Amino acid sequence: MGSVTVYGPPISTAVSRVLACLQEKDVDFKLVNVDMAKGQHKSPDYLKLQPFGQVPAFQDEHATLFESRAICRYICDKYANRGNQSLLGRSGGGPAERAQVEQWLEAESQSFNPPSSVLVFQLAFAPRMGLPQDPAAIELNQAKLARVLDVYERRLGESRFLAGDEFSLADLAHLPNAHHIFAARKDDMFASRKNVARWWEEISTRPSWKKVVDMYSAAPPA
Amino acid sequence: MVVKVYGKAQAVCPQRVMHCLMEKGVPFELVHVDIDTMEHKRPEFLQKQPFGQVPYIVDGDLELFESRAIVRYLAAKYADRGPNLLGRTPEERAKVEQWLDVEAINYNPWAFPIVFNLLVLPIRGLPANEAEAGAAVDKLNKVLEVYEKQLSKTKYLAGDEFTLADLTHIPATRYIVENCGLSHLLDDKKHVKAWWEDITARPAWKKLSSFVETGGSNYSP
Repeated sequence: MGSVTVYGPPISTAVSRVLACLQEKDVDFKLVNVDMAKGQHKSPDYLKLQPFGQVPAFQDEHATLFESRAICRYICDKYANRGNQSLLGRSGGGPAERAQVEQWLEAESQSFNPPSSVLVFQLAFAPRMGLPQDPAAIELNQAKLARVLDVYERRLGESRFLAGDEFSLADLAHLPNAHHIFAARKDDMFASRKNVARWWEEISTRPSWKKVVDMYSAAPPA
Repeated sequence: MVVKVYGKAQAVCPQRVMHCLMEKGVPFELVHVDIDTMEHKRPEFLQKQPFGQVPYIVDGDLELFESRAIVRYLAAKYADRGPNLLGRTPEERAKVEQWLDVEAINYNPWAFPIVFNLLVLPIRGLPANEAEAGAAVDKLNKVLEVYEKQLSKTKYLAGDEFTLADLTHIPATRYIVENCGLSHLLDDKKHVKAWWEDITARPAWKKLSSFVETGGSNYSP
């Protein structure tokens, strides 16, 4: 072991999704920064790793991969005996147990991610990049996200975590986008929903996530 | 007890699930959900699929929604029959997962507005957003250029065998090619075209198409 490399800036939501998973699994890794402001993600060398020119890319001695959620699933399968062993369902649970995690991981990528990504860009990154915010886009996506969180509120009243009683990849996948919305102090829609607020408090205070957030303020690796 | 698929036969996401069941030779019953009268937004439906979308399945005690989660479940549960749709090692599976997520996150966001604006809205007699469709066509074309590079190296997206990663593309792409006048998006890319012809020639896909056309509700292999 010791050959895991993640490419991308740690503050990227998709990159930090992978970092959170590596921390949960206690898998050592090297982080190689990709300077997106300088267009490094579109360089010919980087496109060999990630042909869509997006971050992150991932390598270990057996595979080169992209798509953060696919990378997370691989880390859970490949390093099955390390760290948190119930991220894809409790072991021995079979396809039915994993299916619950997959269902909510798909809900995250298809229902939560689109509106929350727009909000993350508008609220957290546009100001940082000196770009104007778009109030109409913010309002539209806040409304969409509110409807998604209504579904989560009902679900989290029945179940401690999204896929069941254990923290899983489905919960983890939400951490990066939600973190930035909270950091921009636009978290009313989370705070005003009792079960969502309880769930967020639990998942965002996990030591593995704190380690990722600490990386945001550290100097980017060379 | 037969797997029950709740959805409308013509809709993309239920077709993904039914195609997978047919690839695996697993019998199912399609229970029609009347999208046109908003059945999927009514309380009884929302109890089963809280986002108000189709499909969901019932397999014995298990109820599951999100078509890509459902096909992953079916491919794992029925790993012992039909084609291998998930790869055989963690590395092979990782490639399948990678291209499954590419479809979900890089391909579908452009495929959906194309089909919605150029096929679904006209059928309902509603005005389409031509600008949105046009922008999506340009984005999808760029994504397909990346597919062209990959498919010049491997016969299918995740390697040399047909997997879930290819399967999930088929229903929406069929509508784009056959009903939206956009076959050139694939035809002008040699390897994408060959891939498309290969995967749509699969007997299970042909069976699914005819099942939809003839208003089928029960499938047995």
